[in-house]
Amino acid sequence: MSTQGKNPTNVTRLAVARPDNAASPAARAQRATIAVDCQTITKTFGNGAVRALDGVSLAIRSNEFFTLLGPSGCGKTTLLRLIAGFETQDSGTILLDGRPLDGLPPYRRPVNTVFQSYAVFPHLTVAQNVAFGLEMQRRPRAEIETRVKETLGLVKLEGLESRRPAQLSGGQQQRVALARALANKPRVLLLDEPLSALDLKLRTEMQLELKRLQHEVGITFVFVTHDQHEALTMSDRIAVMRAGHILQVGTPEEIYEHPSARFVADFIGETNLLDATRIGTARFRLASGVELETAEPGPPAETVTLVIRPERALLAPIGGTAFSARVEQVVYIGSDTIYLVVLEGGLRFRVREQNRDGPRSRVREGDAVGVVLPPAAIRVLAQ
Amino acid sequence: MMARLRRAGLLAPSVLAIGVLLIAPLALMAYVSTLERGPTGGVIWTQHTADAYVQFLFERDLSDRLVVNTDYLHIFGRSIVVAAITTAVTLAVAFPMALWMAFQPPGQRLLLVFLVTIPFWTNILVRNYAWILLLRNDGVIDWLLARVGLTGQHIDVLYTPFATTIGLTYSFLPYMVLPIYVSLEKLDRRLIEAAFDLGANRWHAFRRVILPLSMPGVVGGAILVFVPGLGAFISPELLGGAKSMMIGSLIQQQFGQSRNWPFGAALSFVLLVLVLLALSAHAARYRREARP
Repeated sequence: MSTQGKNPTNVTRLAVARPDNAASPAARAQRATIAVDCQTITKTFGNGAVRALDGVSLAIRSNEFFTLLGPSGCGKTTLLRLIAGFETQDSGTILLDGRPLDGLPPYRRPVNTVFQSYAVFPHLTVAQNVAFGLEMQRRPRAEIETRVKETLGLVKLEGLESRRPAQLSGGQQQRVALARALANKPRVLLLDEPLSALDLKLRTEMQLELKRLQHEVGITFVFVTHDQHEALTMSDRIAVMRAGHILQVGTPEEIYEHPSARFVADFIGETNLLDATRIGTARFRLASGVELETAEPGPPAETVTLVIRPERALLAPIGGTAFSARVEQVVYIGSDTIYLVVLEGGLRFRVREQNRDGPRSRVREGDAVGVVLPPAAIRVLAQ
Repeated sequence: MMARLRRAGLLAPSVLAIGVLLIAPLALMAYVSTLERGPTGGVIWTQHTADAYVQFLFERDLSDRLVVNTDYLHIFGRSIVVAAITTAVTLAVAFPMALWMAFQPPGQRLLLVFLVTIPFWTNILVRNYAWILLLRNDGVIDWLLARVGLTGQHIDVLYTPFATTIGLTYSFLPYMVLPIYVSLEKLDRRLIEAAFDLGANRWHAFRRVILPLSMPGVVGGAILVFVPGLGAFISPELLGGAKSMMIGSLIQQQFGQSRNWPFGAALSFVLLVLVLLALSAHAARYRREARP
C-alpha cells in the first residue's frame, strides 16, 4: 500500500513503456473490453417464415467504430433493432458491458439510435429535440442547458437552437438527430444507415465528421450500411453479413485484402473472380486453359476461386509473363481508367489504372494488350 | 385576353356554386332578420325593423316598456354548455378508439374505419328513437339496473340535458374518431420509437410526442362536433324534452309554430356569429403557436 502511494511515477512509466498505446485503433481495440456481446441470436419474422438472423454471434469492442455491412435484407438492421430493444430475439442473448439486456424496454437501455430518416420531432425546436432525452432522465435545468449547448457545438449547429426541423436542410436535420442521441452520452450509439438520404458530397463530408465525432466522444458506434465504400472509410472493424449470417469480421484492410468468402470479395469493391482448378501447390488452371501462379497456396481444395482486384492487375506490352488480351471497353472515370479486357479463351477481366500522368489515350478499344497478374495480388478461396 | 376569359370560364362554376349555395342564402337570412313579420307568418319584404334583435334580449311588458328577458340567453348558454360537454366526452371516448385503430395492422384498420362509419347508414331519427327506448324509465337500461339491484327507483334520465349529451355524443362520435385516426395513422412510427429510444416511457411518449402531433386531428374533430352540436336539433328535441330546449329547437319553433321568420333568422345569425368568433379565436391562437 505505502510503496504504491509513495511511488506514483512507476505507474506512469509503465503506461509510457507500452508501445501499442499509440498504435492503430485496431490494436487499441484488441485489448479493449467487449461493449456489445451478441450470443447466437436468432430472429424470425412472420411466424418463422422469414429468418432474419440465424444464430449470429458478434462481439463489439468498447469505443470502436463497428460497421454492419451487407445488402438489403441481410439482417443488419434487425440486429441493430434488437440491440436498441425495438424487437425481441427468438433465441440468444445480448450483453451490454457484460449485463444481459433481455426483457429491457428501449427506454431502459443505455443505447441511443440515429434513425435512417432522422425521426427528428417536427413539433419541437432544435434545442428541445436535443434536450428530450435529458428531460426524460429528469436532469436539472441548468445541466440540460449546458449539455444541449455543448452537443450542438459538437455537431456544429450553434445558433440554430430555436429553429424547427422543417426550417432545416436534410444535412442539418441529420446533425440534430445525431446531437439528440449523443446528448444522453449513451454507452453505445446505433446508427441505421444515417447517411443514405444525403447527396454524395454531403455524405462524404458527414462520413469524416462521424469518424471525428466518434473519436472525440469516445462512444462505441455501431453503424449499419449497405455502402461498402462508406464502411471502408469509417470503420475500425466491419462485419459483412448475408442472409442472416455473418460471413467475416475484420478491419477494412483485412476485409478488402483477405476476403474469406467469394461473396465478401464480390461485395466489397470491384473484383475479378476466376474459377480455377489446382494443378500444383500454388498453381491453378482456369477453365480457358490459362495457367496462373499465386503467392499463397490457399485452402486445401481442388476447385477454387481466384480473387484479383482490378487495381492490382497491370496492362503491359505483349510478351514475357503477360497474358495476351484484347481491350473491349475503356471507361474513363476521372481519377482512374477502367479497362474491360478479354483474355485468351474468352474470359472477361477488369483492369483499373490510376490516371497519374493524365488520361492514357494510347490504349483504345480493340487493341491487343498484355495483362500482368502478379502472384502476390491473387487470393485463393475455396469454392 | 383569351387567357383571362379562359380563366373566368373555368372559375365560373365554383364561383356560381359558392355564390348561389352559400353567400346568397346567408345574405337572404341576414336580410330577413331585419324585416317586419307578416300578419299571418312570412315577412313584409319592404318594411325594415330591428325588432327581431331587440326580442332576443328584451320583451315588452303590459305597459309596452322594454324589459330585459334572459330566456333566450339561457337557451344559448345551455346549448354552449351541452355542446362543450359533448365535445369533451366525445374526445375522451374517441381518442383511445382512434389510437387503438391506428395501431392495428393495415388491413384491419380499413375494416375498423368502415365499422365506425356504419351508424351513418341508419337514419339519425331512428337512432335517436332507439336511445329513447334505452334511456326511458322502464327502458332497457333502467330495467337492467333495477334487475342487477344497483338502483332502487327509476333513473329519470330521459328528457334531461344529460340525455341530450348522450344522444349527441353517440351521433357525433365518428366525426371525432375519424380526424384523430387520420392524424395518428400518418404519424411516423419512428418518432415514437425515437421517443422510447431517448428514454421516454409509454406515458411520456404519449404526452410529449403522440398527443402534440395528433393535435390537428383533435382540433378538427372538436370543431366538427362542437359546431353542429351547438345547433343540433334532433337529439335535443327527442331526448332533451321541453325544459332543456336548445338553439336548434328554438329556431325551428320560430319558423314553425311561432311564425316569426325574422326572429328565427336573427337567432340563426347570432349563432353563426358566435361560431365564427369561436373559430377565429382558435385560428388566431393556432397561428400564434405555429410561429417559430
